[in-house]
Amino acid sequence: MNIIETKGLTKIYRENGNEVVAIEDLNITFEQGEFTAVVGPSGSGKTTFLNMVGGIDYPTSGEIQIDNVNIGALKSSKLIDFRMRNIGFVFQSYNLIPVLTARENVEFIMFLQKWPKKEKEERSAELLQAVGLGDRMDSRPAKLSGGQQQRVAVARALASRPKFILADEPTANLDSKSAEKLLDIMEKLNHDENITFIFSTHDPRVVKKARRVITLVDGKVSTDEKKN
Amino acid sequence: MLISLSWKNIWRNKTRSLIIIFAIVFGVIGGVGIIAFMNGLIFQRLDMAIGNEVSNIQIHNSHFQNNKELNDTIFDISKVTSVLDTSKKIKAYSVRLKSVTMINSANSGEGIMLNGIDPEKEKEVTGIYKYIQEGTYFKDSRKNGILIGEKLARKLKIKIRSKVVVTMQSASGNITNAAFKVIGIYKTANSTFDGHNAYVRKSDLAAIIGFDNQAAHEIAISVYNDKESEALVASLKGKFNNDKLSIERWDEIMPELGLLTGVMDYMLYIFMLIIFLALSFGIINTMLMAVMERVREIGMLMAIGMNKTKIFLMIMLETILLMLTGSITGLVLSYGIVIFFGKHGIDLSNFASGLSGFGFSSMVYPFLETGAYIKIVIMVIIAGIISSIVPARRALKLNPSEAIRKL
Repeated sequence: MNIIETKGLTKIYRENGNEVVAIEDLNITFEQGEFTAVVGPSGSGKTTFLNMVGGIDYPTSGEIQIDNVNIGALKSSKLIDFRMRNIGFVFQSYNLIPVLTARENVEFIMFLQKWPKKEKEERSAELLQAVGLGDRMDSRPAKLSGGQQQRVAVARALASRPKFILADEPTANLDSKSAEKLLDIMEKLNHDENITFIFSTHDPRVVKKARRVITLVDGKVSTDEKKN
Repeated sequence: MLISLSWKNIWRNKTRSLIIIFAIVFGVIGGVGIIAFMNGLIFQRLDMAIGNEVSNIQIHNSHFQNNKELNDTIFDISKVTSVLDTSKKIKAYSVRLKSVTMINSANSGEGIMLNGIDPEKEKEVTGIYKYIQEGTYFKDSRKNGILIGEKLARKLKIKIRSKVVVTMQSASGNITNAAFKVIGIYKTANSTFDGHNAYVRKSDLAAIIGFDNQAAHEIAISVYNDKESEALVASLKGKFNNDKLSIERWDEIMPELGLLTGVMDYMLYIFMLIIFLALSFGIINTMLMAVMERVREIGMLMAIGMNKTKIFLMIMLETILLMLTGSITGLVLSYGIVIFFGKHGIDLSNFASGLSGFGFSSMVYPFLETGAYIKIVIMVIIAGIISSIVPARRALKLNPSEAIRKL
């Protein structure tokens, strides 16, 4: 079942009178349960693509259908709500809230969704256990290693039970051991709970684990390989 | 959770937050201190004016206050006093004869108001007897004793037991003289009052003028609770509708006092408004810096689904909490300071002569009503909300996709 479908997706940036085509006429579909890496050289449009699929940037033209909703046509306020309920984000530099503990960071999105306190606590504990941080729930980000912070970010992304998770270079700032562990956790979540992951990455370790690899060059799909 | 997050965000940059909190603390202490000091100064003046000079209410013949004519006495004094005797709101009243006279010593002369009083009744209404510096307050019943103010004594260069001659109009319209012996010299905080008022027994004055002992120009009334005096004036006016009487409250007799107390209410707002306006700029700056430092984080919050209202609310709460922390600390400290000086007083005796010329005491006991503290907290919240608009709007202008990319 397709959960994401882009039709003629194009993004053009206009800066100082110049036009830069970041994404050009992209037609891609993603199915539930995919574990996909979007790769390509710097400036190929990976992050722009992810931002548009994640609804944090509007396309210049074309459509993005998520569960048959054209998110490009949603008003800004509706889009924020849509993101909160449907999309999980993992950022390259973790972007945790530094003043909150690991548990509070995970609970934050559930707070935005007005979950009851007890359910929030149960789910955050369960997720932090799942990413191997059951014993660090009350630590603030500054007390956690980069790998641990990124695992908290994964737990946070999963908290609201999103339809899919977009991870923008999630391993870029991690050492190989932490990166390996993070990927194992995400792979397990994908395998056990059928959670869809889409990565933009340069990291060969991610590419190796991905079951589908889309290569972007100059904003266009160069190759789209599915592994068995 | 938003309040907890906002509170934690304040303490990210402790130094910066503490600097602005200290600025607020000192601003509040300064503002509250000045208001409490002025309150003390003005309300002491008021207390003294009511306690020693005007009392709460005065009754006169309706023409007397304009012309101070000797014959403008209260027509039916027994009718008036019988009504006053029945009122439970009235603590005491003093029936006075008043005469504009010339007082002369061997050295000098001065125009004054001579007050003919019943000393014991007067004691229940005004506190002149408490301010006797030399001599006594009508201790013996000898005739023609006079109590004069310290300033007047200096002007006339007289002492206790000095003789003075008062010259005044008599009931028949002739000019008459009488000799008095100084039995006491009083000194209140109001040197102007002391320079222009002298007290004699009412019976002595009546005899000189040629009035019977019942005649009176003024009834000074002291009430238990000044807040009730306005209603009492209205009720007395109703009862003496046809008696050609003028019944006035202290703020009608001395409108400048009424004005002072009225102004104090506005002073609170004006002082605090100026202080908070100045502080608001500091707070806006602090909060703008806080927002600019967190561009990436705010972008992330927007990306994961925190809507604009909540972002706005978060920044607003941070600003309000910052202001509340500073102002509540400032208010608690100022409360302590006001209580301390309210008990021990602030000694301004270096400026005593200047202050007493205006009727102000040289020992000031600052005070501030609880309601004023509450008003200040409300003003803080309003100032916080207004100051947060600029930084909160700045945060809302961020575009999540651009904000996240920023290092």
